Amino acid sequence: MTPRTRAGDGPAARRALLALAVGLSALLFGAPLAMVLGRALAMGWGVYVEKIADPFTLHAIWLTVTTSLIVVPINIGFGLAAAWAITRHQFPGKRLLTTLIELPVSVSPIVAGVAYLFLYGSLGVLGPFLQDQGWRIMFTVPAIWLASLFVTSPYVARELITLMRSQGADEEEAAVSLGAGGWTTFLRVTLPKIRWALFYGAVLCNARVMGEFGAVSVVSGKIRGKTETLPLHIEVLFNDYNATGAFVAASILALLALVTLALKTLAEWRLERASG
Amino acid sequence: MSSRRRGRVLPGFGLSLGVTLSYLSLIVLAPLAALLWKAGDAGLATLWAGISSERAVATYRLTLGTALAATAFNAVVGFLLAWVLARYRFPGRRLLDAVVDLPFALPTAVAGIALSAIFAPTGWAGALLEPLGLKVAYAPAGIAVAMAFTSIPFVVRSLQPVLEDLEPEVEEAAFTLGAGDLAVFARVIFPALLPAFLSGCALAFSRALGEFGAIIFIAGNIPMETEVTTLLTYIRLEEFDYPGAAGLAAAMLALSFVTLFVVNALQLWRIRREGRA
Repeated sequence: MTPRTRAGDGPAARRALLALAVGLSALLFGAPLAMVLGRALAMGWGVYVEKIADPFTLHAIWLTVTTSLIVVPINIGFGLAAAWAITRHQFPGKRLLTTLIELPVSVSPIVAGVAYLFLYGSLGVLGPFLQDQGWRIMFTVPAIWLASLFVTSPYVARELITLMRSQGADEEEAAVSLGAGGWTTFLRVTLPKIRWALFYGAVLCNARVMGEFGAVSVVSGKIRGKTETLPLHIEVLFNDYNATGAFVAASILALLALVTLALKTLAEWRLERASG
Repeated sequence: MSSRRRGRVLPGFGLSLGVTLSYLSLIVLAPLAALLWKAGDAGLATLWAGISSERAVATYRLTLGTALAATAFNAVVGFLLAWVLARYRFPGRRLLDAVVDLPFALPTAVAGIALSAIFAPTGWAGALLEPLGLKVAYAPAGIAVAMAFTSIPFVVRSLQPVLEDLEPEVEEAAFTLGAGDLAVFARVIFPALLPAFLSGCALAFSRALGEFGAIIFIAGNIPMETEVTTLLTYIRLEEFDYPGAAGLAAAMLALSFVTLFVVNALQLWRIRREGRA
């Protein structure tokens, strides 16, 4: 018997733990996916296409995609600014700022929705004033954008902060000392080094925007054909006993999740290669 | 490794910090401040009445109990998955590694209807469990299942990098001294993982407490029986009972701050410990 060097490396332990992990994962992650796709296609492709072509479903898809097109770029901008400030400069309160950026991750989406309602709602802090100016934010599409911005604001920032912190500022400092301007340094030195982490954060942010349910269900007012995103539409169909319609709508988001995982794996692979 | 100051300062400090602070204030802090303001406006007595009502207390009991059960499950299964992914090389490892993040990528509403269909009396799992007297859908067990599904990646992703970074020498030394697998695990590996393990569990627990989308489809949502705190908050809003909603939301927000504090303290603990080693 060869002497063992690492715990759990015996063939029996290895085989048992692997089998258990793979089996549990198949149940835990495979079953829900198979259920969604199976139920969506249970009535055949004809019904599937017909359900997707439903005007309310099409509108929900449109609203979900446009929301993501607005929210993701803004949070990329925020993530870049936050990471540049935190990892390339010294200032008091840096730890607190980093913690605040992470805050939305641990706040319940329902709490986020309630908070927005109390800011912009007709009984909220700013709502009455804005209404006098003829502005209504609650239960409109911009309310969906705002709530989505809140919920997904940490995604790009945290990936960039982690990576840029470990990379250090040496290369940027060299560029600046050689006479490069701030924007040139950022675009030619920093951006190429962080593009895969940026892509990774953007993919996660996009998945969360398109799937957000709790915060959006509070602030959107769930007006059919107006402020109903795809996840909200799933709930309406499900509660209307239109299970097939709900699963067809859900299958679009499930496919999005699979694409997200594939892109994420690609980004991780490129990140690993970049860091050797 | 953070960059050390070397006299030279990179440009863009004012702009980047300005953008960060303004955005954070506008998008994150202002709404949360409005929530606390409105909660304060309602007056302590009204607030307390909402927070301490019989129906609210029933939701706390249910939410905490199911979140604890879900976190216990995730502590064990998440540990197993992190272990296998970090320490073994096997075909399909990349696939398993990707699939572990499915709960983060899959919208909660989709997870909710899928789980409720699986555990409904006519579903794959429901048809097996129901004859045994195990009711999952429309029962507290279903809530725990939904919570466990949506929060398991927190445990795996907190543990995995730390497990990968463990120095093999310490284990080798322990084996040379005659320790067995279990002893090495319990005395050498587990203590080194403890801060990351606990912070992963804390994040998963916090996510479970705040979960809404996945739960409402499988819970049955019967007041006093299968109604979680997030749902009651939502119902209070629909009833236009704003002080009631404000109280519950403020209480949940306070809990989020506690989680953040605990996770930060655990991170500091780990940094200090690694600094010493």
